[in-house]
Amino acid sequence: MLVLGQDEKAKYPFLADAGEYLKDKGFSLVQFGSDPVLKLSVEKALHRIKVAAAGEVYKSDLIDGQASKDYVLEREVFSFLLAIVLIKLTGMSTLIKRFALAEARRAENYLEKDLGNASNKSKIDLATRIIYDLFNIEIVKENDFFVIPVSDYLIHSVTFHEREWKLINRHVENGKVFLTPDKTVRLIRKELGNYISSKIINAPKPSMIPGLENIVNELISLSKKLTPTYTITTGEYPPCIKHAIDVLEKGENLPHSGRFMLATFLLSRGQTVQQIAPLFKNAPDYNPRVTLYQLNHLAGTSGSTTKYACPSCEKLKTQDLCFITKECDNIINPSQFGKKRKQ
Amino acid sequence: MNENNIKFLEDSFKKYYFNHFNLIFTPQRTSEREFGYQKFNSGFFNRHISLKDDKELHLLFMQNIPSDVYCSNAYYAFPNSPMNEKDWKEADLIFDIDAKDLDLPCRKNHVVSICNECNEISKDTNQCVKCNSTKLEKKSLPCKLCINASKIEVNKLSNILIDDLGIDKENIHVYFSGNEGFHVYVFNSQFQKIGSKERSELVDYIMFRGAIPETFGMKKFKPNRSLFPDFNQKGWNGRFSKQVFGSKSKRSKIISELLDNGYSSFQKILDSVADNSGAKIDPNVTMDIHRIFRLPGSINSKSGLTKILCTDLSKFDPYTDACFLNDESVEVLANCPIEFKLKNKKFGPYNNEKTSLPTYAAAYLICKKLATIA
Ligand code: SF4
Ligand SMILES: [Zn+2]
Ligand SMILES: [Zn+2]
Repeated sequence: MLVLGQDEKAKYPFLADAGEYLKDKGFSLVQFGSDPVLKLSVEKALHRIKVAAAGEVYKSDLIDGQASKDYVLEREVFSFLLAIVLIKLTGMSTLIKRFALAEARRAENYLEKDLGNASNKSKIDLATRIIYDLFNIEIVKENDFFVIPVSDYLIHSVTFHEREWKLINRHVENGKVFLTPDKTVRLIRKELGNYISSKIINAPKPSMIPGLENIVNELISLSKKLTPTYTITTGEYPPCIKHAIDVLEKGENLPHSGRFMLATFLLSRGQTVQQIAPLFKNAPDYNPRVTLYQLNHLAGTSGSTTKYACPSCEKLKTQDLCFITKECDNIINPSQFGKKRKQ
Repeated sequence: MNENNIKFLEDSFKKYYFNHFNLIFTPQRTSEREFGYQKFNSGFFNRHISLKDDKELHLLFMQNIPSDVYCSNAYYAFPNSPMNEKDWKEADLIFDIDAKDLDLPCRKNHVVSICNECNEISKDTNQCVKCNSTKLEKKSLPCKLCINASKIEVNKLSNILIDDLGIDKENIHVYFSGNEGFHVYVFNSQFQKIGSKERSELVDYIMFRGAIPETFGMKKFKPNRSLFPDFNQKGWNGRFSKQVFGSKSKRSKIISELLDNGYSSFQKILDSVADNSGAKIDPNVTMDIHRIFRLPGSINSKSGLTKILCTDLSKFDPYTDACFLNDESVEVLANCPIEFKLKNKKFGPYNNEKTSLPTYAAAYLICKKLATIA
């Protein structure tokens, strides 16, 4: 197991053993319900969860991964560990998912910075050690790049839809792929999220801590208000649509043409405007009123009565929205996907 | 195929297997492989066979006198169970290069059409010259050009495997397939355990498919000439430079042209790199991790030639080096409108005539349905 310094624990709190950490510091969980000073950490934990629930990444009090005061570092770790305790107490899986995602993003930022920190070898070492310990990928620094075996690269990148991630679009030499720090970290994003959520899921559920009941209840009602993340049964959707949903679920920006494709496709599959609208919720520029208006327009339920059809594969190719695979099987429009063509 | 032909082929194959069992390649970790075989005139494919060692393999040949024998590139815990219960462990990386897919202009000169309706045999045609039927079976007697072109593809592939993918030369084995191409095996590589999707990415890399302009320095916005590849670079950057720029002195001028022509026409450049420098392998073969392949050392019943290891590819000549059947002469009725060469001897053309041929040549024609035992 990695030996971490205090500031490293603050950056990568999921590496710390919760129980041990508290014991080390001489605290028990129950104290957090009553002790007014420790309550600050509880508030911070609550804030951390709320930020994650809103789909954002919590900004810590660290500056460049450092803090001037020890207690700041300590509170960083406490708030993470407490956040997990609180989430466990709510028992809400939506919160687990969102929190893990946000924390993974946060860790990703630090890993990227540590890898890119050319002047500090120990930081690079730590980041590569974390990646090796957690995901069993051996990364070696070579000049400005990180090199990893082609097979490892393929195993992790094969689920990415962007053409940029195809092996042919990477520099490959001697059985190794050359990556910049940000790509290196991007490669393990999903695993990082999975790692953190499995840590939360596998953590034992504590019994209620007196004094925290209100906070837990607040979180439960917050979680209920969250629209459940749009889960789809994959397989029946073509790659272009899966990709668009992926992008939105990650809170990344999908160009207008992509939103048009997605909405018209789902409408053509008989989904209602109300079912589709929540999909766009994570988009950086989300506005519920505008989204509903636009969707209704596409569906032909408002204003004009024209119903818009999903663009052709050919058109989507020119818009860089096509991620064709074998399963597309020569169809000319995504809406034909998976339906056997009549001869 | 009639009884006499089958008996003739079985006899000559049997003699080969008896005399040349040393040529049969017993794969490493034999007991983890799936074997399969077919017999003459039987549509049935015997698969899901597991064998302990070379002795059991020998027995399979002697007891069944198969027309074709196959072995998996995959290793399984239970090779003789049905496919979904075999418990796949890993698989050697395998590539298939076939002259048929290269579609060279010479091909029409050595393809024979056999009419399914009236059995008329003629040079390559789309319609039977006798009964006008379009139901034709094509048989190719590949020429030297085809073999040489396939060798070039094998070399392209080997270079990418060695330089880019870090494979040791000793772990690459090139086999003549016994008919129209080559099978390239890669053993003990970092890719043993990767699945079908990952292998398909490797295929795209080797064939140069799916490249985007940005990878080779061409940007949509604010293009910048300093981003283009250079000659001394490894991998596709270097190959791109060699093909697109030609020589160091032309590089600068050509970059200016590329920038002038713009982003969207750059795709055409990439397509031409794929055509010229990508290795023309069969993608489906490499992606399939449950396939069985003709066993090295066994005879290909499409030709009577042996699937054999090419130790020196540049000198390899399938029509002498893969031709192992004996030269006892037999009487056949031959109908083959084109000439061919085996063991440095010229044969044909034959116009539906009785002739006496050495066994290896008779087998070659009978396997291609261009002769029968008289
Ligand atoms: S081929 Fe059509 S359906 Fe398949 S990914 Fe491209 S656009 Fe979508
Ligand atoms: Zn005919
Ligand atoms: Zn030819």
